[in-house]
Amino acid sequence: MASNTSNAANNDVLLEIRGLRIDGMRDEKWHEIVKGIDLTLHRGEVLGLIGESGAGKSTLGIAAMGYVKPGCRFSGGSITFDGIDMIAASEEKKQALRGMRIAYVAQSAAASFNPAHKLIEQFAEIPLQHQKSNKAEAYADAKDLYGKLLLPDPNRIGFRYPHQVSGGQLQRAMTAMAMSCRPDLIIFDEPTTALDVTTQIEVLMTMKDIVEKFNTAAIYITHDLAVVAQMADRIMVLRYGELVEEAPTRIMLANPKQDYTKSLWAVRSFRKTPALNLGQNDNQPIISVQNVTAAYGSLDILHEISFNLYRGQTVSVVGESGSGKSTTARVITGLLPARLGEVLFQGQALPKDYRQRSKDQLRQVQMIYQMADTAINPRQRIRDIIGRPLSFYLGMNAKQCEERTRELLDMIELKPDQFIDRFPSELSGGQKQRICIARALAAEPTCIICDEVTSALDQLVAEGILRLLDRLQRELNLAYMFITHDLATVKAISDDVVVMLKGRIVEQGSKDDIFSPPYPEYTEKLLSSVPQMDPDWMRNLLAKRS
Amino acid sequence: MNTNISPKVQPLDASQIPAARPSKFKLALRELWRAPLSAKFGILVVCGYIFIAIFAPWLTHYGESEIVGGPFEEWGKKFLLGTDNLGRDMFTRLLYGARNTIGIAFVTTCLAFLIGGISGILAAILGGWPDQIMSRVVDILMAIPSLIFSLLLLTIFGTSIPVLVIIIAVLDSTRVFRLARAVSLNVVVMDYVEAARLRGEGLAWITLREVLPNIMPPLVAEFGLRFCFVFLTIAALSFLGLGIQPPTADWGSMVRDNATLISYGDITPLLPAGAIALLTVGVNFIVDWFLHKTSGLKDGQ
Repeated sequence: MASNTSNAANNDVLLEIRGLRIDGMRDEKWHEIVKGIDLTLHRGEVLGLIGESGAGKSTLGIAAMGYVKPGCRFSGGSITFDGIDMIAASEEKKQALRGMRIAYVAQSAAASFNPAHKLIEQFAEIPLQHQKSNKAEAYADAKDLYGKLLLPDPNRIGFRYPHQVSGGQLQRAMTAMAMSCRPDLIIFDEPTTALDVTTQIEVLMTMKDIVEKFNTAAIYITHDLAVVAQMADRIMVLRYGELVEEAPTRIMLANPKQDYTKSLWAVRSFRKTPALNLGQNDNQPIISVQNVTAAYGSLDILHEISFNLYRGQTVSVVGESGSGKSTTARVITGLLPARLGEVLFQGQALPKDYRQRSKDQLRQVQMIYQMADTAINPRQRIRDIIGRPLSFYLGMNAKQCEERTRELLDMIELKPDQFIDRFPSELSGGQKQRICIARALAAEPTCIICDEVTSALDQLVAEGILRLLDRLQRELNLAYMFITHDLATVKAISDDVVVMLKGRIVEQGSKDDIFSPPYPEYTEKLLSSVPQMDPDWMRNLLAKRS
Repeated sequence: MNTNISPKVQPLDASQIPAARPSKFKLALRELWRAPLSAKFGILVVCGYIFIAIFAPWLTHYGESEIVGGPFEEWGKKFLLGTDNLGRDMFTRLLYGARNTIGIAFVTTCLAFLIGGISGILAAILGGWPDQIMSRVVDILMAIPSLIFSLLLLTIFGTSIPVLVIIIAVLDSTRVFRLARAVSLNVVVMDYVEAARLRGEGLAWITLREVLPNIMPPLVAEFGLRFCFVFLTIAALSFLGLGIQPPTADWGSMVRDNATLISYGDITPLLPAGAIALLTVGVNFIVDWFLHKTSGLKDGQ
């Protein structure tokens, strides 16, 4: 089934963007967020757009549909889609194109589906609206596409509601929906960022497959290099709304030219300095989790979890979402009292419920959260956020608080004079996470639980946070429990690794043991699902698995 | 051991954020200047009312309940808006009415917010059975039509001003409770509240420092609306004879006392009613603007 190539038969350029400028409104002034970008996309080609958040990659992606978000405007340049000027075209004309010839797959499929309608009804909506097919045809087509995207039970899955399928399935159903009119161009906006590695690879594979099958052109937006290496024929690196570098995937991966691109490539090379005192035998664990079983209501979530945390060392807890990683943290902090088993702190059992713990016991174990946005109170200034543990636990007066807060800000590499009086909304994502770290440090703990602390951040910023945590660990001899689903992070920061699946520990040991063969089955699957920078990686892996 | 080959990561883009921050006062003035006409009108009206309420004794040379002439005298030089059914100066009573009605309504609304706001936030923080008990009590109170309920309570406890204030405040706090609980529920699930709990903070800190500042905008908007409703309730109760008692000047009872004049084509009894209406409209204009501002901020960021 070929795409409709009626009015551009002898021209294989599908989308052409020249000198595009887009302004965004901030503080009641226009700021340029896309600064004169050129882009050419041929039929059937997949172009990867990559960059940090704020690089303008999403703005550029949706601009291809002739659309800008509210609060933005086109201020220059041209967008030509198959001979149609997308900036000048009337809204009706653009609407006729959207869905029919240009489709969009968003990051959060869950937020993009209407929860009140069945998947297949939403699939059929656009073909019916554009009178491309009748209901029976649309439904038959949906089932066909669901099958092609390897969704389980393709004949019936469409009759489920969005909440009745998993995240990975929903993302594939969304791709099927985007395919419903066989568009010429699909824009994928970080479609797998919210998924687990093991799910991500299935989704990526089917997406790549279907795009190839229908010879659809695609723009693939992501911040993950390894993912884009699998998907794209050509890669554009963006930064601050400008093009940094553009090249075919293989050339780009083998030989990046610009310093910025090289730094992106090098991010994954960070390795923690190994702990100096590896003599675990002679010192007592700071925290020892012993045979913990925990339940929500009557349902056991954790089954007999045991592991130890030592001073100056990092234990990474890895697993897919729902594997019980965060629940383990909740048991240690006492938010979820364990049903069976105990948590020992320096050999002494901690009360199971945090409300029964003493101030000092609470102080010893601090927590850093995934979403720094929600982890600090937006109505408090930095001085109050960091100062509170100081006065609360250590009984400091206002002057001592101020001094110590400044010291802490220095430690997390933020200039005290600039930041001490700010509100959280005046900070970037990475800076907020640094404030969370400072707040944890203020309590002078011996152990910090880091719950996916870098997964909401850009790679460069995340690396900065990892380096900071590593430095602090060496300086202060802290124990970290590092919860993550990102194996690159695990490799970077851990001493010991605990692999979890469905509330059980499937493997644990030192990092070197875990990351060298032989692997248990699940660890193998987890490790092999992590995208590699090699563009042939996915093809080879799938050939191996099937 | 890998030496760090990547360039120094520099997340501290301090230059992007302006260092100097305009003072709060200046910001407020700028906001006020940009406010829509309706909001400016509302602010003007409310300021006028407050001015009258405070300076009532200096704006007229008659006493609040002093009988200065015959009943129902005409508008004129001596009595600007004539006199009422007992021969008291209408204009004077209108001014004092602002003082009494607005003052009592304000105190009542504050009390309602104190009761309803704190219990609502506590219900959201504590959850479980304390939440159940408080919510069900509120449901029961709300199930009884509030005007009839307050009439009943006023008949039981008598009609002094403190009783009036407490009864209306308690009945009105149910609405505040519901709002405060609903918006707090969105805040108590935030990680920073969990962090405060894990730090070992007490209930007072979590309520006042973590939750309350984050639910202020809807509460302030609700305060304006509640104030209008309380104000109308008091006027209605006074009209029915169970509110503010004579000889204290009050707009509700002034309408009732002079209602007979309407049949003779005299609009004097409509003046206190108009005063009530104007204030209600003014307050609502301000609340609309405020709601628009705070919700607009959410959309923009």
